[in-house]
Amino acid sequence: MAIKDTNKSKLIYTLAAWTVSGMIFFPILWTIITSFKTESEAISASPRLFMFDWTLENYAEVLSRSPYFDHFMNSVVISLGASLLGLLIAIPAAWSMAFVQTKRTKNLLKWMLSTKMLPPVGVLIPIYLLFRDFGLLDTRIGLVIVMTLINLPIMVWMLYTYFREIPNEILEAARMDGAGIKQEIFQVLLPIALPGIASTLLLNVILAWNEAFWTLILTAANAAPLTAFIASYSSPEGLFYAKLSAASVMAVVPILILGWFSQKQLVRGLSFGAVK
Amino acid sequence: MGSITLKQVTKSFGDVNVIKPLDLEIRDGEFIVFVGPSGCGKSTLLRMIAGLEDTTSGTIEIDNQDATDMPPAQRGLAMVFQSYALYPHMSVRNNIAFPLKQAKVEPAIIEQKIEKAAKMLNLTDYLDRKPGQLSGGQRQRVAIGRAIVRQPSAFLFDEPLSNLDASLRVNMRLEISELHKSLDTTMIYVTHDQVEAMTMADRIAVFNGGIIEQVGTPLELYQKPVNQFVAGFIGSPKMNFISVDAKAGDPTCSLGVRPEHFKITEEEGLWTGRVGVIEHLGSETFLHVHVDGVGTLTVKADGDCKVAYGDIIHLAAAEEKIMYFDKDGVTIPELSWGEEHPSSAA
Repeated sequence: MAIKDTNKSKLIYTLAAWTVSGMIFFPILWTIITSFKTESEAISASPRLFMFDWTLENYAEVLSRSPYFDHFMNSVVISLGASLLGLLIAIPAAWSMAFVQTKRTKNLLKWMLSTKMLPPVGVLIPIYLLFRDFGLLDTRIGLVIVMTLINLPIMVWMLYTYFREIPNEILEAARMDGAGIKQEIFQVLLPIALPGIASTLLLNVILAWNEAFWTLILTAANAAPLTAFIASYSSPEGLFYAKLSAASVMAVVPILILGWFSQKQLVRGLSFGAVK
Repeated sequence: MGSITLKQVTKSFGDVNVIKPLDLEIRDGEFIVFVGPSGCGKSTLLRMIAGLEDTTSGTIEIDNQDATDMPPAQRGLAMVFQSYALYPHMSVRNNIAFPLKQAKVEPAIIEQKIEKAAKMLNLTDYLDRKPGQLSGGQRQRVAIGRAIVRQPSAFLFDEPLSNLDASLRVNMRLEISELHKSLDTTMIYVTHDQVEAMTMADRIAVFNGGIIEQVGTPLELYQKPVNQFVAGFIGSPKMNFISVDAKAGDPTCSLGVRPEHFKITEEEGLWTGRVGVIEHLGSETFLHVHVDGVGTLTVKADGDCKVAYGDIIHLAAAEEKIMYFDKDGVTIPELSWGEEHPSSAA
């Protein structure tokens, strides 16, 4: 009886999991399929899932019309640059919050997180004006700075959580053994927290890669990453669904591959310390 | 050299005084144990000596040098933590080498010292393993190895055996005692386990509520505790306390009798009670005897004691083994172990 019940609930859970996964994945699948259709097939009133003439012409067209690799390189530089610069600031910040706590540390952490709750459009004008005055509009360095600032609260929070899992006694032992702050951080703390640091880096690369609001506003041509490249296919003259889909696929594939290969690391990092 | 002197040392966290003004002299080569219940300040004081906690006031002298504001590494002390605090990403070899590398010791000498420490602690076969691949006892030995190679002037142990199972604890206790004999270095050992304290210490400092109640050799504390707290804390099972009615001219408020000092008699004794739970340990038996108007007394009897649950027994105790405490719980020495005794004086 009990075994029957377990099997039944297993079946229900499996079906539910597949349904939810299907719902999440379907738009991505539809985009991929559309990218292989002709424009007329893409806007057809009775869309077909698989039974159509598959074509690669959208990819050829997109590649010939826009400098894909320039956008790709911009995305790489901006997302990696912002994540590495962010780590450089977030590691010492998280270290002090985790190991040299004061009465106000908790408030400071909450305040940092609260900045993520502010709608970005609220600071649009001041940031735009600052970028204009400092000559940062449409530059990679400008976007690296803005992405770093946007994701810094998340990075500090993630690293703070990982660092809190490391017993203070290990760092105290290092101090007794004669390690200064530099050795304590580089030789003891960072190697132990490596899974957490790696997943913080990966998650922030993904967040920065997918960020569209600021990239569309602060870039034009030179520093435009792949998000701006996708948006260029939705123009006032009309939407080119098939080409838009092809551009989208080309923009997400690199990050999807990165995500796929680092899945294990990401899951381990995100559940770091959940099981002692 | 490894003498440590504490002069009027205090520690406060905000308004809470964790350590009240305290003086203590730890002699060179001595094995001193800080013992007391949780939250009594013993670990905090150890961490202050180590330099891991600031001292609110007073001075800490190590080898006659003021070390109150010295950073931990400069104090020449080594510490073994309760959780071992090994570096999980380093091999045993690198864990032991870490303090030497920080001190920029030559690699050849580091290697020599590692080999020597590993041999001493039976770790030679495990040098290339990571701490995660070792048992609890082996991990604690690595932590001790890491402390030994620095040749510190004193070792600080913060409840190092609490995470080990009972049998391993006994073994490690012996190993640490032997280590002390062979190194002849000062050791300060914090524990809440009075058996560890009694078996290992040259001297014991009993802590309670941020003060030291008494410092002395294990036997001194057992035979001549200064107050009810020390009398109750030292000895296992703990001393029985029996309230007595105050009599004119007699300051005694309660009596203390250790379980091993009771005698079971067939005729009337000082107390009569009904036997409750009986714990047979083989070599000895503990009886919990309910005495009307007194409460439950713990009595230690022989292993082959024939008393059964529910029996009525009589208990007596030799006069010289009974301790007398006044209304503040302070031992009355002339009654407890002095020549003058109420019965002999009468």
